[in-house]
Formats: sequence, C-alpha cells, structure tokens
Amino acid sequence: MSSFAAPLLRLTITQHERIVAHCYAGLPDEACGLLAGPVIGPLAQREATGFVSEVYPAVNADASARTYTVDGRDYLRASRDSEARGDEIIGVWHSHTHTDPYPSPTDVSSAVDPMWVYMIVSLRDDIPTLRAFRIRAGEIAECQVVLDGG
Amino acid sequence: MAEVRLPTLLRVHADGAASVTAAGSTVGELFASVTAAHPGLADQLIDENGALHKFVNVYVNDDDIRYLDKLETPVTDRDVISILPAVAGG
Repeated sequence: MSSFAAPLLRLTITQHERIVAHCYAGLPDEACGLLAGPVIGPLAQREATGFVSEVYPAVNADASARTYTVDGRDYLRASRDSEARGDEIIGVWHSHTHTDPYPSPTDVSSAVDPMWVYMIVSLRDDIPTLRAFRIRAGEIAECQVVLDGG
Repeated sequence: MAEVRLPTLLRVHADGAASVTAAGSTVGELFASVTAAHPGLADQLIDENGALHKFVNVYVNDDDIRYLDKLETPVTDRDVISILPAVAGG
C-alpha cells in the first residue's frame, strides 16, 4: 500500500473517447497526451482536484512502440492553453500497446511531478482498459477514475 | 528584461512565482541571472557540465533552444522564455 492519497479522477465520456481514439490512432506506436485541471492548496502541498478540464493529444516524439516522449511544442501549447483558463497540466496519459495498464519501470523512473496523474491505456485486449496512478519517489498509488456524462 | 516562465514543479524554488524577469543577451545569461536570484533553480536547469539539463526543455517564444544555439541562443527583452520538464516514459 502506498502512503499518499490519490485524487478521484473525473473524466467526461467525451474526454475518455478522445484519449482512447488517440491511442488507437497512434498504433503501432505508443500514443500520449496531457491532462489539465484545477489545482488547489499552497505551493508546497498543491493538489489536483481530480476534475479534468481538458485533454490534449500530443505527438509521441519517440515514434516508438516501447517508449514515449511528449512532443515539447505540444506540451508548450497545452501549458499555455491550460494556464489561460486558470488551470494547470495535472498529468500525462499514454498507451501500452501489448501490456497491462500499469506503470512500467521506465514510467516510474521517468515520473517528473509528484502531483501529476499518470494515466495508462492498455490496448492489449479487444476492449481498451484505462487506469490512473500517482507516482512518488518510486511508489505507485492507483487513482479511481469515474466517467461523468458529457 | 525578458520574461522567464517557470513550470509549476519549479516554482517552489522561486518563491512560488509563475514567471520571473531577468537580464541577459543569451539564454545562458538569463539563467545566470535567474539562478543568482533563486539558487534552488540552478541544479534544475544546468547539469554538472554547464549544459542545459536533459530533463528540461527551454523555448524562446515557440522555438526549442536545442535546435537553436542552446544556452548561447540570443534573446531580447521582448522574448518569452518557457521552461518545461521533459515528459517521457515507456
């Protein structure tokens, strides 16, 4: 068990569809993108509320079936857009084309921000599976994901 | 003075500021000015060899400085410099 709390993540059905569609469109490579939402609390304890205001599909600069790197200019655009609406980038999503929707050792070692949510979509089975996690100092905690209407 | 925009992850090293202003004619000079005022940022931006840290990307307006002149990339007071962490995994 992890020792830190993870937010309840709220995605709309439309956002979920955009994420999954982008993952399929990226095959045979991994696909990736960013999540934006409101953040509350003082700087040292800032916390995403779990509400997702926007999803930003991005180019996988690695063009790889094994790794991803969010294209820097896509990140720049998403960052500017989310800040213009008073939100922040609160996480990243990517696909696992042939494995479980669970952070790989590479995902854990590459995790940049302890506040971020790391969402993974597995395309291994006929039905895509989406799960989300917090990763802090090598420790993984799963976030519940609920789909809201819209 | 050019504007240097900081990612949320690094704002804790700059008293919470989303952006800081700095003087300099290159990105490297700007970073020297910024890290003099906010020493906690130094290790986040520059590696032990004095190069841009591989875990951050830096943009002058819309252009990645790795494809320009890296830390020698010239800047003017009208430029906005954005720092973003590299986001990757597998």
